[in-house]
Amino acid sequence: MFEGLREKLSNAFRVLSGKGKITEKNIEEAVQIVKTSLLAADVSYKVVKEFVENVKKRALGEEVLKSLTPDQMFIKIVRDELVRLLGEREPLKLVHNPSYVMMVGLQGTGKTTSAAKIANYLKKQGKRPILVAADTYRPAAIDQLEVLGRKIGVPVITGDRRNAIKIVQDAMRQVKDSGYDVVILDTAGRLHVDEEMMQELEEIKKMIRPDEILLTVDAMAGQDAVNSARTFNERLEVTGFVVTKLDGDSRGGVILTIRYITGKPVKFVGVGEKVDDFDEFYPDRIANRILGLGDVLSLIERVERELDQEKLEKMGQKFIRAEFTLEDFREQIKEIKKLGIDKILEALPGASQVDLDTSEKELRKIEAIINSMTPQERNNPEIINASRKRRIAAGSGTTVQDINKLLKSYEEMKKLMKMFKKGKMPFGLKGFRF
Amino acid sequence: MGFFEKLKEGLRKSRETFFNHITKILKSRRLDEDTKAEIEELLISADVGVEATEYIIKKLEEKKSEDAFGTLKEVLIEILSKPNGLNIPVEKPFVISMVGVNGSGKTTTCGKLAAMFREEGKQVVIGACDTFRAAAIDQLKVWAERAGATFISHMEGADAAAVAFDAVNHAISKSKDVVILDTAGRLHNKRHLMEELAKINRVIKKVLPNAPHEVLLVIDAVTGQNGLQQAKTFREIVGVTGIVLTKLDGTAKGGIAIAIAKELGIPIKFVGVGEGLEDLKPFNPHDFVEALLAGDDNDNT
Repeated sequence: MFEGLREKLSNAFRVLSGKGKITEKNIEEAVQIVKTSLLAADVSYKVVKEFVENVKKRALGEEVLKSLTPDQMFIKIVRDELVRLLGEREPLKLVHNPSYVMMVGLQGTGKTTSAAKIANYLKKQGKRPILVAADTYRPAAIDQLEVLGRKIGVPVITGDRRNAIKIVQDAMRQVKDSGYDVVILDTAGRLHVDEEMMQELEEIKKMIRPDEILLTVDAMAGQDAVNSARTFNERLEVTGFVVTKLDGDSRGGVILTIRYITGKPVKFVGVGEKVDDFDEFYPDRIANRILGLGDVLSLIERVERELDQEKLEKMGQKFIRAEFTLEDFREQIKEIKKLGIDKILEALPGASQVDLDTSEKELRKIEAIINSMTPQERNNPEIINASRKRRIAAGSGTTVQDINKLLKSYEEMKKLMKMFKKGKMPFGLKGFRF
Repeated sequence: MGFFEKLKEGLRKSRETFFNHITKILKSRRLDEDTKAEIEELLISADVGVEATEYIIKKLEEKKSEDAFGTLKEVLIEILSKPNGLNIPVEKPFVISMVGVNGSGKTTTCGKLAAMFREEGKQVVIGACDTFRAAAIDQLKVWAERAGATFISHMEGADAAAVAFDAVNHAISKSKDVVILDTAGRLHNKRHLMEELAKINRVIKKVLPNAPHEVLLVIDAVTGQNGLQQAKTFREIVGVTGIVLTKLDGTAKGGIAIAIAKELGIPIKFVGVGEGLEDLKPFNPHDFVEALLAGDDNDNT
């Protein structure tokens, strides 16, 4: 549905352009395509309307950079504008001692989990956080925070389980001069239209004067985020957002909406159920994700984090010297398997279950083929002649065609590496498949 | 209070709106370009999605009605009108499995469903198959007590399928009427977690070949276009038989249910309209469409 943004845009411009300029005539279709794509990503209708108008104005008449085609130029303008609107990465601003951080949001957006994640994050930064469980409505919410607190080694103040205001009062007394420097307050989920519950938050805010009021927003949320984010912000003047469940496959257009509507920054993103699955906000990656271009940067980072660094460096050097052999290829496949193909595909745009299954099969096949080669063959694939191919095919339970395909991919990869070496960066690795 | 009243009440709460503003404009207009644009905005702002919206507008064009909004209502109700009764087996127990992404409201819905069956005089067993989320078991236990249902659970971290197995077995041996299984929330793109759900189903079938008789996917009304992907994947892996649309007491319209009904033909069976035990209602397409089109003016003020 959306993996085709690039293709669609390039078609739109191919039809009408060729002049190397973005004109009133050829831009309409492109704007429509971007509009549809943003709506499919759940950016608010009104925000989309204004956004594409701005993009149109900026794009009109702009000279296309020599190195770019009009469609690439247009994507660049859209992307730049998106990144600009998504804002800068902003850290928590904790000025008081102790500082109060107040978590607020709709039900089920992930306040409790995020509260624990923030505590864990601060603890790792050398702070002394303490949690306060003030969700007196949802059954066992307090127990949930206690369990999480134990897991990360951060104390949890619970107090009177019926009255949130009293819990906060107790907590304030306990925290004073205790040495804890950040107090993270988990509140009950509530609808922004629930007057009584919103008043409770206002009252708590008055009591603790928090340095941060963080609104948790589910990355899967749709158009109504306009209403909830606006109301929470009007009532409480939130200081930022925590966008949760970004490990799903939603495009996260809601992030643009809430930024646009409130002007407040996204401070953290949640990317999994474990306390460490928590990240700072990178606007450029989110821009790609919203546009359906895939969060490739985060993927690369994850790969880097999880792969064996030493092996990777050795591999990288071989890559640069263009000495990458099939033996190395096999090593790499092992590493990929360790990381989990599903994780890699999750981060790529448009990858489906089918891709996952075929990729797994393909990798298994490639591994079998390389396993059936002699060490000599692995290090000098050019010696693999027809009779060797037949032997390898029989040994790995594949066909000679499979072996040819693998060797061809390998050759292509080598060519690519030579280009890297010469400093020519090919634009996209399109068409490369094993 | 009926469902529609409750929704309207929710909207009233939101602000001192001129509530009938949009409803007024909605009355008898031809389908000209302005009206089309207005309908497009209305539907997309309700999370119906671009594709389903285009489909609906095309339908309206085909019908050439003089009353565009009246016809719109008809079209929407038609999409949503699917048989949505529960698939209750002749022989008890009736096994229901609740599935969905994190935070959609599975546990709360389990409690409400149990209360509904208890109200009908049925004996209910609740199985705590969410052995992952911290304190999920405690949360469900409170609901089971509120509803007066038997509660079956293991330790946190235990095998979810084993809990399901025990709950169903317990119901069979004590000849209970209904088993409701609360499963852990999971994002549909996590393959291994989805596999676990499939396993729960397989294990139940060993004791009761036709179970689970209902697999209800719980979707938060706030959900955007990702809801369609959720429904697709959950259906593929555990055979979803119906949707429960929760949190409809806010300002979210839950239009994604229209996209799901149109695209996948999965019926909406219940809607959640509050945090109380009684706040689960059978789905009524007419009321739902009324509420969807009744629009508030949050965006215009």
